[in-house]
Amino acid sequence: VSDSPLSLCDGRFCFLVRPRIKTMRYIADIVNADKMSGRSRKYKIIFSPQKVSLTALCCQLPHVTCDEWSFYLLPLDEDIISMELPEFFRDYFLEGDHRWINSVARALQLLNSLYGPFGKAYGIGRCAKMSYELWRDLEEESEGDGQGRKPEIGNIFLMDRDMDYVTALCSQVVYEGLVDDTFRIKCGSVDFGPDVTSSDKSIKVLLNAQDKVFSQIRNEHFSSVFGFLSQKSRNLQAQYDRRRSMDIKQMKNFVSQELKGLKQEHRLLSLHIGACESIMKKKTKQDFQEMIKAEHSLLEGFDIRESTSFIEEHIDRQVSPIESLRLMCLLSITENGLIPKDYRSLKTQYLQSYGPEHLLTFHNLKRIGLLTEQSAGETLTAVESKVSKLVTDRAAGKITDAFNSLARKSNFRAISKKLGLIPRVDGEYDLKMPRDMAYVFSGAYVPLSCKIIEQVLERRGWLGLEEVVRLLNGNEFSVSDSTVEDNPAWESQRIVLAVFLGGCTFSEIAALRFLGKERVCKFIFLTTAITNSARMMEAMIEAKA
Amino acid sequence: SARPLLEIYSASGLLLACIPWKSGQLVQLGWTASEDLLCIQEDGTVLIYNLFCEFKRHFSMGNEVLQNHVLEAKVFHTEYGTGVAILTGAHRFSLTTNIDDLKLRRMPEVPGLQKPPSCWAVLSQDRVTIVLLAVGQDLYLLDNTSCSVVTPPGMSPSAGAYLQMAVSFNYRCLALFTDTGYIWMGLATLKEKLCEFNSSVRSSPKQMVWCMRPRSRQRAVVVAWDRQLMVVGNSTDGERRFVLDEDSYLVPELDGVRILSRTSHGFLHEIPEASQEIFKIASMAPGALLLEAQKEYEKESQKADEYLREIKDQKLLPEAVSQCIEAAGYEHEPDTQKSLLRAASFGKCFIDKFPPESFVRMCQDLRVLNAIRDYQIGIPLTFTQYPALVLRRLYPLAIRICEYLRLSEIQGVSRILAHWACYKVQQKDKSDEEVAHAINQKLGDTPGISYSEIASRAYDCGRTELAIKLLEYEPRSGEQVPLLLKMKRSKLALSKAIESGDTDLVYTVVLHLKNELNRGTFFMTLQFCKHQERETLKDLYNQDDNHQELGNFHVHSSYSEKRIEGRVGALQNALDEYYKAKNEFAAKATEDQIKLLRLQRHLQEDFDKPYLDLSLHDTVSNLILDGHCKRAEQLYREFKIPDKRYWWLKISALANRGDWEEMEKFSKSKKSPIGYLPFVEISVKHHHRYAAEQ
Repeated sequence: VSDSPLSLCDGRFCFLVRPRIKTMRYIADIVNADKMSGRSRKYKIIFSPQKVSLTALCCQLPHVTCDEWSFYLLPLDEDIISMELPEFFRDYFLEGDHRWINSVARALQLLNSLYGPFGKAYGIGRCAKMSYELWRDLEEESEGDGQGRKPEIGNIFLMDRDMDYVTALCSQVVYEGLVDDTFRIKCGSVDFGPDVTSSDKSIKVLLNAQDKVFSQIRNEHFSSVFGFLSQKSRNLQAQYDRRRSMDIKQMKNFVSQELKGLKQEHRLLSLHIGACESIMKKKTKQDFQEMIKAEHSLLEGFDIRESTSFIEEHIDRQVSPIESLRLMCLLSITENGLIPKDYRSLKTQYLQSYGPEHLLTFHNLKRIGLLTEQSAGETLTAVESKVSKLVTDRAAGKITDAFNSLARKSNFRAISKKLGLIPRVDGEYDLKMPRDMAYVFSGAYVPLSCKIIEQVLERRGWLGLEEVVRLLNGNEFSVSDSTVEDNPAWESQRIVLAVFLGGCTFSEIAALRFLGKERVCKFIFLTTAITNSARMMEAMIEAKA
Repeated sequence: SARPLLEIYSASGLLLACIPWKSGQLVQLGWTASEDLLCIQEDGTVLIYNLFCEFKRHFSMGNEVLQNHVLEAKVFHTEYGTGVAILTGAHRFSLTTNIDDLKLRRMPEVPGLQKPPSCWAVLSQDRVTIVLLAVGQDLYLLDNTSCSVVTPPGMSPSAGAYLQMAVSFNYRCLALFTDTGYIWMGLATLKEKLCEFNSSVRSSPKQMVWCMRPRSRQRAVVVAWDRQLMVVGNSTDGERRFVLDEDSYLVPELDGVRILSRTSHGFLHEIPEASQEIFKIASMAPGALLLEAQKEYEKESQKADEYLREIKDQKLLPEAVSQCIEAAGYEHEPDTQKSLLRAASFGKCFIDKFPPESFVRMCQDLRVLNAIRDYQIGIPLTFTQYPALVLRRLYPLAIRICEYLRLSEIQGVSRILAHWACYKVQQKDKSDEEVAHAINQKLGDTPGISYSEIASRAYDCGRTELAIKLLEYEPRSGEQVPLLLKMKRSKLALSKAIESGDTDLVYTVVLHLKNELNRGTFFMTLQFCKHQERETLKDLYNQDDNHQELGNFHVHSSYSEKRIEGRVGALQNALDEYYKAKNEFAAKATEDQIKLLRLQRHLQEDFDKPYLDLSLHDTVSNLILDGHCKRAEQLYREFKIPDKRYWWLKISALANRGDWEEMEKFSKSKKSPIGYLPFVEISVKHHHRYAAEQ
């Protein structure tokens, strides 16, 4: 539903919409306009995934019937299921709107009915907990018709996006993430523009495991993609060349069997090479290397002043409003809030560069905790750490809890230290032969969300992670379904359903796929939507009314 | 031959009434939910008598039956009320789901049906009533429009022809019995099999009924032959057989099966978990230990302390007490009830703050239950069935209960009146207006009457409009609002709350929406306000003294102001609010914005070019692009633009303008705060070699 007028045809309209007041008003306007001009039409509004009481109120218009389409899960790939609810992030984390929790619970119920009970459930975050509990309630109500089935998914892990904003805010450097950042992947497909296709048309390409070329490079670090592609094209050429030495029969075989595949592969190969070139062109123009460097020093906590002035310059030169905002947030969240002087000056600069309406954007970012000011209380962290050395762990925990209750802090630095998110550098990190999940960020940082999942699965619970949980503000849980036998021999034990509430990035997916390969298990992703830094920032920006 | 007699007995065997039967041939007898007797005659007439054999009314199951006769009939209960289904001599089914609101439905024909089906049952699924019937080895499902053949999943292919079927009390489960003695048990949706069993009895059972307890995972079927009873379930220990001394009749109920014979009345049910835990042989459950402890205590033995300690060490004392209270409810013998309650009361002494309500409630409930179970009254309800009493609309009985509970006159009477009113609202044949008026006439301003309660009932019956009308009689808005919220009339609730002028109530609405209906209704309302009624939103923020949000509100509305004066005005309001919110930064930024807007207006007038709505950066940049360097310089000073920014801005603007002369001048004017590399970069970008070299 957009603001453009409808091209009007016959007497019936069917709207397939999310239950939102704005879309309802749009429809009501159409209906009323028709009524004014004396046209009589029939309207059907289908809400997906469910009706909400107030929207139902709004459609008490003549000739309007409403319906529900309980559509929850859209499989984007062999291992990615999306709920396609990009608004979840803003609705829940910013506006505190709980309505999608119901949808998540219903999605879990659906999965449960399809694949049997989950043996072990882990989770962290308020929303994760609520969704899980609501889902349990739903199961109870329906009196478990799926009971006694052999479980096909052994583990489920629910995580709120606000447990780890850092990973989502970083520039992505694995191929799939980079394509998403640059061209925006929508529902598993991407529009490659004329600069990629080297023709005057743009082509829509489905990006999933069926694309043989893409499936081999999607999880690779960008630096190794080009090499791979050129090797691949040489191989392809060699296969083409074979036909020179063929007799008629072989030739016939070749044409009927191989040629089509080769041609297809050739087409895909040239597309991806085009995409790579286009990415390179764009990224070098924006001093991509320097930005990555700044990001890495933010993650490591070095040269904060230098990074701050880099961001300042970024704003001053009006490089991109979204990027500037992203860097500011990254600075704030890694540093537990900006120092008051920087907080004011960066905001002033930003308003001067990109317009005063962003005053409201800053308000949103503050509320969600992405861009905050270090309050006077927080300078106590030094005291706090000293105190914690003097007293027992438990007492220290209480003190930190008290501090935490003052303001929601990200505690990124402490968590990073605790979990070893910044790998120690000894020599060059071989991005072609990655040794840990850090490769998705050029070996500079292990994504926090993925690290938590790895640790919890390894320990089969939160035992030993108390400190981290406390720093993350708790709300963790770990439940095993007593009705499901714990049989390690079962294939299902090797399957983990990772549920991201508020979206996950392709980098995280790549990291967990890597982890899966290392640990011989398989991750399946259920996310409210695929996200990246730009989408997150856009969700926070207050549009001019 | 003498006329047959119609006799009605209480469950304890007391004769309540008796009349000679003067009407036609009876096919089936059955009870309605309100304890009226239904007598279904061969000619399709259904006669209704009350408990005392007094004739109430009659109705007919349709003209078609007059010639064809009723072969078989069944009385069933759904959420719509009591229904009747008949099988006619033409092998067609007709049914009505509610005898109080008679709508006859003739089910579609079963193709090729020449003889009556061997067995059939009425199912209720998703509020639709359907008929399942078996003919030999085939099962047919009849719904409103069609007849389809169905096969239960996991049915053994050599099972043979169906002889009996049974549907559970809650319509969830279905059992099938075949002529090879095979029993299939599964969901009534026929989507899943629960278990199967081979009884090795090939003769047709007299009756087959389900025996299960709500919320229990154990499900069992009771099959009765002439003198034999078999209980078959999904538990692992196979079947149980009982010998019946007399001809018996099984009545399936909510939580078990009643077995009635000429001389006895028994109740077969799954032992509830609490009772099992306590009375199992050698049970170490907390409840069992507590009961033991209490017994020892009465014997003045020190073992009482040992048992008690054992429970306390595991911190299970509260659980033990609840277990005893719960188990007492399931017992029929007052002596056992007493000993369990005594144990609970004993255990309670050792817990700091055990809420007494459950204990007191159970004592009261058991008093009532024991009283009505007395053979003279003969209503042998189980504890699980007890709440059903109110549903039976037995007002006189309700009065009796009031007497048992020694409720005060006003409290008792008004409660029964309220119940009457609640019953009234369920009469669907009267208009909303009429019912509301009738209720108000009768109840007037009787103390203790809660209109909101009646309205709530009306709402439960799906009569929302009536509920709203009844709420108008409710004098306390504090009572109106919660129900309106429950009815999801959030907007009405909000306006009622605002109308009442009670700030607290507005808070209640908002908080209630937030806490209780956390499915998002709350934010839908706020969102609703944001889009629909910005004024309401403002009021809400005002009431909250939320100056920050008020400021944001004004900034937001400034964007929709077309005229610059309006916009400045809105921003001025925002400025005031930000000051009140002590948000100096936002205040300063807003102040700057007002200043900028005013300046942009001047610029627009002076240069006749659009400057409005540009950011400060873009404004200055545009000024330089248009060659108004002086004005740009002025803004730079006025808004204290940092040097670095100004330099970046100026050189890129100059380069865009292609004003290399000015660029050169600028580069030499002062020491550059950003170094000279950017000059070079930007010149290269614009392919101006000369400048770059310089």
